[in-house]
Amino acid sequence: MKRYVAQGYDLPFLKNAATGGDKKWSIKEKLLLGLTPGQYLAQFVRNPFNWLFLLIFMAGLPILIGRFYYGLGWATHGSYDYPWGLFLGWGLFVMVPLSASGFMLGTTVEVFGRDDFKPIERLALLNGLLGYLFAVIFLQVDLGQPWRLIYPMFVSLGPAAVLFLVAWHVATYLSVQVAELLPALAEWGNWPGLKKFIRSMILGLTISGIILSTLHQGALGALFTYAPGKVHPLWYSAPFQWFYFFCSSIFAGLSMLIVVSTLCKRFLSWRCDRRFLDNLDQQTMGLAKGAVLALVTYLAIKIIAIAHAENWGYLVTGWGAYYLLEISVGVLVPIVLYTKALRNNLPGLARFAALITVFGIALNRINTALVAFNWNLYQEIPHWREVIISITVYTLYIVTYRFILYRLPILYQIKVKS
Amino acid sequence: MKNLLDRRKFLKGGLASGVLASVLGTGKKASAEHSFEGYPDSMGVLVDLSKCIGCRTCEAACNKEQELPAPDKPFDDMSVFDEIRHGQKRRTSEKAYTVVNRYDVPGHDGPVFRKFQCNHCNEPGCLSSCFVNAYTKTPEGAVIYNEKVCVGCRTCMIACPFYVPAYQYSSPINPVIKKCKMCYDTRLKFGRPPACVEACPQEVMTFGKRRDLIKLGHERIQGNPGKYIDHIYGEKEVGGTAWMYLSSVPFSEVGFNTELGDQPIINYVKEFLTVVPMVLTIWPALFTGFHLLARRKENQKTTTPSDRNA
Repeated sequence: MKRYVAQGYDLPFLKNAATGGDKKWSIKEKLLLGLTPGQYLAQFVRNPFNWLFLLIFMAGLPILIGRFYYGLGWATHGSYDYPWGLFLGWGLFVMVPLSASGFMLGTTVEVFGRDDFKPIERLALLNGLLGYLFAVIFLQVDLGQPWRLIYPMFVSLGPAAVLFLVAWHVATYLSVQVAELLPALAEWGNWPGLKKFIRSMILGLTISGIILSTLHQGALGALFTYAPGKVHPLWYSAPFQWFYFFCSSIFAGLSMLIVVSTLCKRFLSWRCDRRFLDNLDQQTMGLAKGAVLALVTYLAIKIIAIAHAENWGYLVTGWGAYYLLEISVGVLVPIVLYTKALRNNLPGLARFAALITVFGIALNRINTALVAFNWNLYQEIPHWREVIISITVYTLYIVTYRFILYRLPILYQIKVKS
Repeated sequence: MKNLLDRRKFLKGGLASGVLASVLGTGKKASAEHSFEGYPDSMGVLVDLSKCIGCRTCEAACNKEQELPAPDKPFDDMSVFDEIRHGQKRRTSEKAYTVVNRYDVPGHDGPVFRKFQCNHCNEPGCLSSCFVNAYTKTPEGAVIYNEKVCVGCRTCMIACPFYVPAYQYSSPINPVIKKCKMCYDTRLKFGRPPACVEACPQEVMTFGKRRDLIKLGHERIQGNPGKYIDHIYGEKEVGGTAWMYLSSVPFSEVGFNTELGDQPIINYVKEFLTVVPMVLTIWPALFTGFHLLARRKENQKTTTPSDRNA
């Protein structure tokens, strides 16, 4: 695509935006970015990432199908002792906090009235929506009988269970996020009525988003409170577990947004408009500020929880060393880097800090769900098919993400005549 | 005019989220506050480990009663006691709802055998964690499971402190949880003891009302000074279980987890469950309040950012 832009090629919407025109876009402009099928194919073939993705799909899709044909036992190391593996450890427990950006930025812009974050709001919402959507897809891969997913909603209700809350809230929140992004779809499809309708209830949507997010982010942590003694005490806290997960989802979502926006700037600059690109450094610093506050809060509550349960003794064991490593990499280093970036106004350093933070949050969730789980039994290593399926589904996520960023007005604005 | 409009919008938004919250809020409530002592007349089994000789008759009886697939090794093959997987002794599975393991306890004359199956908790972790309500604690004392509604999330396996529920990972079409049901539908419902209890040649197990069994257990401990550890495992563990154990060696030496505590599993989750209604009720008001504060400042200024309502 970059080459077409360099050749001065007319991108759909861009020209339109410049003239403020109101002509209807054709299917070609909507889906093929205004290229002819031949041109589209040419740019598709030229992009090395497409070849990588193709390779992953060719290897991964047969195994993914095999999981449904031969069962979970064939694809995973799920066992009586380790019921959960990578599909949930990575797909649910890591994807969901990294998708907290939607409600964070929704709150910032719509509730706190920080309009200066508007250029990045839609990317945050999209990041949230897709993260949740694919967390559900990961869940579907993991469930023994995925076709019964709606059972907790309509067939047989267990309302006192934490997972019941997660199921309901994720389902509701998904619809909220779809609604929050409908304006982008409405602009793309040129349906002004739809946009107006959503705008009229955006505050209600955003606030329900905050409630649902607080609760289901926390609930994912609370799922582990069912397993006292199974999860290592340093990763377990009945009173604080939900807050660990909620609080860390704040900096996880913000950091993920920094990472994604950096990728967009690097690889999709042709699709970004000046409004997005020119504001990005300043917005990155704003997000970094939020992230570092949440990080400090998280660190404090971690220390309080250790004191509360008098777990100091565990810190000098091997598990303690590993715990301290996780805290250092995932919390302390990001705090130092973010602070340095903020004090000296170094967006590049903030982006690096964000990357470390994302890595740190993944480490924490994997540790809670898999590594520190059954700490007094034995360590389970995921099956190679489990790894391949996880990579395949994640690639599907990236491809979907990119497909939408190419087209909908997420990174750029369509000027509509009002 | 602008101001009025905004306020109306704000009220509408607040109301909508409030309604949404209250709709979603129904249900995830209450379980928080009461404490359940178990059904008064529920049945149980007292297992006296000191009597068990490890003949595996109970395993065979269970296999027959529950119509389970044939075992990998016949029930008279005692080499199974030496099996170790992942550093663990044999455990219950989708093909075996109960297993007996042998333990060589230092200082004890001869091996000690321990029968193991679902303990049928008074307040089961599996039951409280299940989001489709597949588990039921019957008044007779059994914890039974309805495979018709199971989605296969396997949270019950996470929540069971005894690692009992066994999932059929090998089945692609209809994988379900398999575990001991205390012979509920074939025996317990009609007041009869489970198959394993009846089959035991050594009378290791006593079937009766849980209340009476606790009394019996303590009498046995007192009546034989020095013979038993002064503890009935399961009387209080995780809120009490229907299956309880007497042992002449420390429980930790024969595969029991002695660090479970007396709290039922649901108590660890209550801390979060009490947060739920608070967030549902406080958040809408709090954040609409924030919104009002943030926008008020702006309304006083005469300029409106062009981005607004874009």
